[in-house]
Amino acid sequence: MFYREAGDFKTSYAEDNQTFPIKFDRYRYYAVLAVAFLVIPFIVNDYWLNAVLLPFLIYAIAAIGLNILTGYCGQVSLGTGGFMAVGAYACYKLMTAFPDISILIHVVLAGGITAAVGVLFGLPSLRIKGFYLAVATLAAQFFLVWLFNRVPWFYNYSASGQISAPERTVFGVPVTGAETSAWAVYLVCLVFLTASALIARNLTRGMAGRKWMAIRDMDIAAEIIGVDPLRAKLSAFAVSSFFIGVSGALFFAVYLGAVEVGEAFGINKSFLVLFMVIIGGLGSIFGSFAGAAFLVLLPVLLKNLLVGSLGWPTDVAAHLELIIVGALIVVFLVAEPHGLAQLWRVAKEKLRLWPFPH
Amino acid sequence: MLDASEGYTTEDGRKIGGVVMEMKNITLRFGGVVAIQDISFDIREGEIRAIIGPNGAGKSSMLNVISGFYNPQEGEVFYKGEKRPPMKPYQVARQGIARTFQNIALFEGMSVLDNVMTGRIRQMKAGLLAQALWKGRAEREEVENREVVEKVIDFLEIQHIRKTPVGRLPYGLKKRVELARALAAEPSILLLDEPMAGMNVEEKEDMSRFILDVNDEFGTTIALIEHDMGVVMDLSDRVVVMDYGKKIGDGTPDEVRGNQDVIDAYLGVAHD
Amino acid sequence: MPDQLIFAMEVFLNGLMAGVLYALVALGFVLIFKASGIFNYAQGVMALFAALTLVGVMEGQVPFSHLVNAVLGTEIHHFGWHVPALLAIALTMLVMIALAWAVNHFVFRHLVNQEPIILFMATIGLAYFLEGLGDIMWGADIKKLDVGLPQGINTIIDEYTYNLFDYGFFIDNLDIVATLIAAVLVAGLIVFAQYTKQGRAMRAVADDHQAALSVGISLNWIWVMVWSLAGFVALVAGIVWGTKSGVQFSLSLIALKALPVLMLGGFTSIPGAIVGGLIIGVGEKLFEFLIGAPYLGGATENWFAYMLALLFLVFRPQGLFGEKIIERV
Repeated sequence: MFYREAGDFKTSYAEDNQTFPIKFDRYRYYAVLAVAFLVIPFIVNDYWLNAVLLPFLIYAIAAIGLNILTGYCGQVSLGTGGFMAVGAYACYKLMTAFPDISILIHVVLAGGITAAVGVLFGLPSLRIKGFYLAVATLAAQFFLVWLFNRVPWFYNYSASGQISAPERTVFGVPVTGAETSAWAVYLVCLVFLTASALIARNLTRGMAGRKWMAIRDMDIAAEIIGVDPLRAKLSAFAVSSFFIGVSGALFFAVYLGAVEVGEAFGINKSFLVLFMVIIGGLGSIFGSFAGAAFLVLLPVLLKNLLVGSLGWPTDVAAHLELIIVGALIVVFLVAEPHGLAQLWRVAKEKLRLWPFPH
Repeated sequence: MLDASEGYTTEDGRKIGGVVMEMKNITLRFGGVVAIQDISFDIREGEIRAIIGPNGAGKSSMLNVISGFYNPQEGEVFYKGEKRPPMKPYQVARQGIARTFQNIALFEGMSVLDNVMTGRIRQMKAGLLAQALWKGRAEREEVENREVVEKVIDFLEIQHIRKTPVGRLPYGLKKRVELARALAAEPSILLLDEPMAGMNVEEKEDMSRFILDVNDEFGTTIALIEHDMGVVMDLSDRVVVMDYGKKIGDGTPDEVRGNQDVIDAYLGVAHD
Repeated sequence: MPDQLIFAMEVFLNGLMAGVLYALVALGFVLIFKASGIFNYAQGVMALFAALTLVGVMEGQVPFSHLVNAVLGTEIHHFGWHVPALLAIALTMLVMIALAWAVNHFVFRHLVNQEPIILFMATIGLAYFLEGLGDIMWGADIKKLDVGLPQGINTIIDEYTYNLFDYGFFIDNLDIVATLIAAVLVAGLIVFAQYTKQGRAMRAVADDHQAALSVGISLNWIWVMVWSLAGFVALVAGIVWGTKSGVQFSLSLIALKALPVLMLGGFTSIPGAIVGGLIIGVGEKLFEFLIGAPYLGGATENWFAYMLALLFLVFRPQGLFGEKIIERV
């Protein structure tokens, strides 16, 4: 009744290729965009912004990035935290070195620098595969965090060893520093997320995405039908690291404002983003959103429920969160390897037939 | 033997052209094991060329040499008149050599359509940036190549499963999708690695029909390996027979059938 | 002899000792990987969990007391008894066996024939789960562990080297004991794998699941056994590490170093795990001493092992002792 594709005929391949081929999906997508851009900026407050919206928007970008590498190209990376740190520190260095240039450009450039670093650490992927590569990416994680911690040039020789974002404006409205307003910060991150999702979607529905998935599904066969494995893998590393770098830059400049590298971008961050991708759905852009939303909301809910309502100590709630997240990962891998995105697809299948059972 | 420069005419009246690919004195070893020993043969434009032989004869190794997956220790490969330097498999593929695999090598997580579209890698050259924006060349290429792919999909009668993930298909259909992927590349040589393996009689007949139609309709040069003698003899124009890494026969199906070495290899005579 | 060289020798020896401990953790990885193809990221957390449980049992802590107190508003913490070390170790081993059974029953039994990378990610989930479970059972504070292993400077080596070089080497007794324990453990495992029926069954499974099934070996049983063995190795590693630097979360991170150890040594080779452990232990200590501390600002031990393994893999993907991989289509 509510969800139909019958009668929605395509008369050209271009129409069949579009992002949301089904009319209903397309309208819902416009509706979500309208609410996100036109409604939420007017009602957002600081609590919602900092506890839910900003982390969601920023992690969703990182999850899209990791999903391209892991979900589409099949290369598991445990270096996400390290690459986010590259984005953050690149952004910081650019902000302080070129104060007159727009922060938006700095964020994009930070993504570009991260892409270059990602390619560098992606080089071994030609020789090593699977969890060997996963462990190799740990080298990136630990090395990069150490580098930003120990080489003072990266934090401009500040006494604390931290980096903190100076105030920068977009169209005269401050988006970093102490004097920001919730709606402006929200919109900046939303624009980056929307652009990231569109780019990721375009890449994954075209030839680049096919090459990545071919490598993921059967790398030898992919090579024999004409995929250059090095280029395919490195392009996945580059695109993935670009998004992760952008998210790291936003995480530092817009969300936290001041960052200590080991704390903000440690190995736990790598796992957090990986879990978002697994729970959300490997190989699905929508899944990246769902996973990010889920893992941002879960601790907030747990804290409100256990600490706020029941009065339990915070450390017990934190430990329970670990147990729940760990168990969820296992449950999803066992029962639904394609994550929340697959549950969503199944729900849509059901809706399409509703009210008939088959 | 036939003259290298000119073609010949088959019994059913098809014109076969000049030599597309020539293998000269190919020897391939794995450590101490000799998989292929000093084998030479050629493939001509428009013909269906079969390589047959008992298990372990080195047929698959031969196919892997042609498709660039193995580089032989000795011997030369000539492609379109030029000596082919050692290259990576993907470079060979981009020269226009497409293949299928004995144990189906489809991309299980992708839809049939996407699988067949990967066959068009050679023809789609839009840069990453254009693809990211889905504008200009990238968008145009997607539509143009989709048209070619849809023709192949029609031809192999797999329209109804276009959007189905390959992992869900039965064996026979997977084989057909794999053929579609190779055909979509519009290859100058199509390599088929045991296209009938694991099929029942009906499926074999279907597959034979598709192979003949492909050759007939598109004029595609086909090299296939197979150990089902009956099927091969009906299909192919010329046959290479291998046994224990050596070539023991080469010629039309009738010539090969009468060859004493071939009969021995298939019926079993003690090797000394 | 120049001072620098003498110091380097001491660093070298200490590196060997650290390497033994890495090798100890790496052994647990190899066991599980060989028998089931699972690359068990949770091995380090298992060592932490084992050590936490051991401390908890020895001190008579009430399990889950934090949770119980939070839910019921009670104030319970300890039973009020102390359990002797050996008995506590035996009890902890029982817990590890129960854990092995649970892990197989609830997780990996359902993931048979999945791709290795899926299994790997499942073990990351398992690591999180175990970390949370350990914390909630026994509390997250840093605990002292003392099961009576000797500790402190070894005076014999100290005096001997002092007489030799005018400089006494600082070698911890605990490290020497750890080396002995590791040697015994490895010997025991080899004997077990080579000469017992269970060991042979385990090797059969490692070689070929299908073939092992067809001769009547129960895979489930073997896997529980292997996870129990890995639990045992984790317990030993937990005891040694815990005694050395206290039972705390960082223990599971140190145990992560076993991963590069394995990449050096090859994932299926017990001698590889040991040699890899020694190379990494010595390598990172010497690198820090010669290059890291003087020129790079120190703390290079954080990444040296991973970088070494990374470079190594690029040039020899199968590790030192692994078999060469031949790709086929």
